[in-house]
Amino acid sequence: MSTPTTLFDKVWRAHEVHRSDSGQSLLWVDRHFVHEGSFHAFNKLAERQLPVARPDLTFGIADHYVPTLARDLAGVGDPKVRSMIEQLSRNTQQHGVTLFGLDDPRQGIVHVLGPEQGLTQPGAVMVCGDSHTATHGAFGSIAFGIGASEVAHVLATQTLWQSKPKVMRITVAGQLAEGITAKDIALTWIARLGADGARGYAIEYAGEAIRSLSMEARLTLCNLSIEGGGRCGMIAPDQTTFDYLRDRPWSPKGDAFEQACAYWSTLHSDPDASFDLEVTLHADEIAPTVTWGVSPEEALPIDRAVPDPDQLSDPAKARQARDSLAYMGLTPGQKLTDITIDRVFIGSCTNARIEDLRAAAAVLAGHKSRVPGMVSPGSTLVKTQAEAEGLDRIFIDAGLEWRHSGCSMCVGMNGDLVASGERCASTTNRNFKGRQGPGARTHLMSPAMVAAAALQGRLADVRSHAVSTDAPVHESGAH
Amino acid sequence: MQPITVLETLGVALAAANVDTDQLIPARFMKEPRSVGYGQFLLYDVRHDEQGRAHPDFILHRPSGENAEVMVSRRNFGAGSSREAAVYALVDYGFRCVVAPSFGDIFASNAVNNGLLPAVVAEDDAERLLAALGDSPAAIYVNLEQQIIRVAEVEVSFTISPVWRTKLLNGWDDIDMTRQHADTITDFAARYAEQFPWVAAQPPESALIGKG
Repeated sequence: MSTPTTLFDKVWRAHEVHRSDSGQSLLWVDRHFVHEGSFHAFNKLAERQLPVARPDLTFGIADHYVPTLARDLAGVGDPKVRSMIEQLSRNTQQHGVTLFGLDDPRQGIVHVLGPEQGLTQPGAVMVCGDSHTATHGAFGSIAFGIGASEVAHVLATQTLWQSKPKVMRITVAGQLAEGITAKDIALTWIARLGADGARGYAIEYAGEAIRSLSMEARLTLCNLSIEGGGRCGMIAPDQTTFDYLRDRPWSPKGDAFEQACAYWSTLHSDPDASFDLEVTLHADEIAPTVTWGVSPEEALPIDRAVPDPDQLSDPAKARQARDSLAYMGLTPGQKLTDITIDRVFIGSCTNARIEDLRAAAAVLAGHKSRVPGMVSPGSTLVKTQAEAEGLDRIFIDAGLEWRHSGCSMCVGMNGDLVASGERCASTTNRNFKGRQGPGARTHLMSPAMVAAAALQGRLADVRSHAVSTDAPVHESGAH
Repeated sequence: MQPITVLETLGVALAAANVDTDQLIPARFMKEPRSVGYGQFLLYDVRHDEQGRAHPDFILHRPSGENAEVMVSRRNFGAGSSREAAVYALVDYGFRCVVAPSFGDIFASNAVNNGLLPAVVAEDDAERLLAALGDSPAAIYVNLEQQIIRVAEVEVSFTISPVWRTKLLNGWDDIDMTRQHADTITDFAARYAEQFPWVAAQPPESALIGKG
């Protein structure tokens, strides 16, 4: 009998081209996505006069810098932003790489587009110069973000040197209660283990609650693996995965699909496989969770209060909390539901898939947002789908802006920014200082929680969103 | 790439945890070509007020701050975005080494690929180094072969993966190394395509857009 093996090891082994004496592995790469930020890597390639080794396995996607007000390149005011989008078109064209460009009806955020097009497949090794590449692990692939030097290396060789990470399993036992989402699972484990709690590990998510998640929710969960420091996050493929993949544009067809499914069905951790670390959460411990600070680890259930640094016994934690509260303009011990917000953002590779928009729209339907805000669908296809379902009307009637797809206000590269000092309830992935713009204050939460916050004008518990909108809005006590 | 063996230089203390890559270089500067020099963007929003005026008290703005080559910080340095521009900002400023109890994985790889040494020290040792450096640039000694760091009377050891250590000591570049394996890669690709034929990316037959 062969040694029990983890899902991660099965996929890793199938891609090991060579192992060096020092123990590093040269891995074969099945899918390489490049966005506008890849210009440094293409420049490196040009310096060495090297071609792209496998243009057929390389895909260009315009997402980080694209305008969300219109799909018109000429309308982009900042010539440097325009140039970023143009450089991607030029570089992909020159090397014969398929481009999902600004005006393509399939355009979208790389981590939404890949799965949607069937490019993301179980058992693959996938890389992109973007840390949220971990998203694609939802299909049981090893997917991770890389830097520009590594992007150049993959372009030139279709391989990448990697030291094998340790493997941890996060098991979520039991069933999630109504209103609890993949975002809440992620923020809960990151708050518990820390923003570097999974550093050096590949994560496999398992357990009853994970098996019950839709593909969209699995993508959200794996997406946030990097926020806990994980190298990648994976979920073993199952019928949910196969059903999602069938008939996608780039999925295998006919017999090839059946053949692929037969192999994909072997991609799971064997019953006795051992992990370097095991963590178990119980679904009933997970509440709707929001961040209060400037790291995703600074997250709490919505019914709690922000910490009082003077009450923290660990001086390092107290110091960090003091710094975070000062940046966020919060008072020690303040209740989370007393924090008033200035705007909302629904978008990003984390939470802008069709299910996310449906969840937010379900809360907003027939109500007005108390604050301005923006909705940027994860892809142009998601936008089209949402419009077919009438979700755009719900957002617009609530007073929010319905935009085109792109990374938008998650990272602000295209100019969609939160003003300095403004507080934004956001479905995105990072509450770092200045992430959504210099001086911007970000609270991360699920789409339904953002919608509930929009209705209340303050952080709110989606489980009690039916609260009368006439209720007085409390001052935050922010200073 | 310039090899690193010993650094006898100035070090600075950046006494904060979770110095993420968004702080190391804010996103708005990343559309600039590298030729402008990314050092000016390093920690821009930490170093400047909203009007772009430099905070005179910030460690890099103190006398000799511009000559610092080693930065000591707290845990989870370089977490977050994979932007290699964060490393460019440090390298273009003149940094050769960053010392912290832990680094974001992608940042650490990017650092090594640009000849910047990510030296991992115990949390207590990071605190001792921070205290010894104080709030002005101060002399620091880093020895990559022996894996030690010294500031005044404080000496600590650091860890780094042996592969990265060799790369940094020799200033090696991955693409050159990998191209020596070109035949192995070609053979692998052929075997792989036979074993997993469905992985070959098949462009859709029509411009069909697929299910929503």
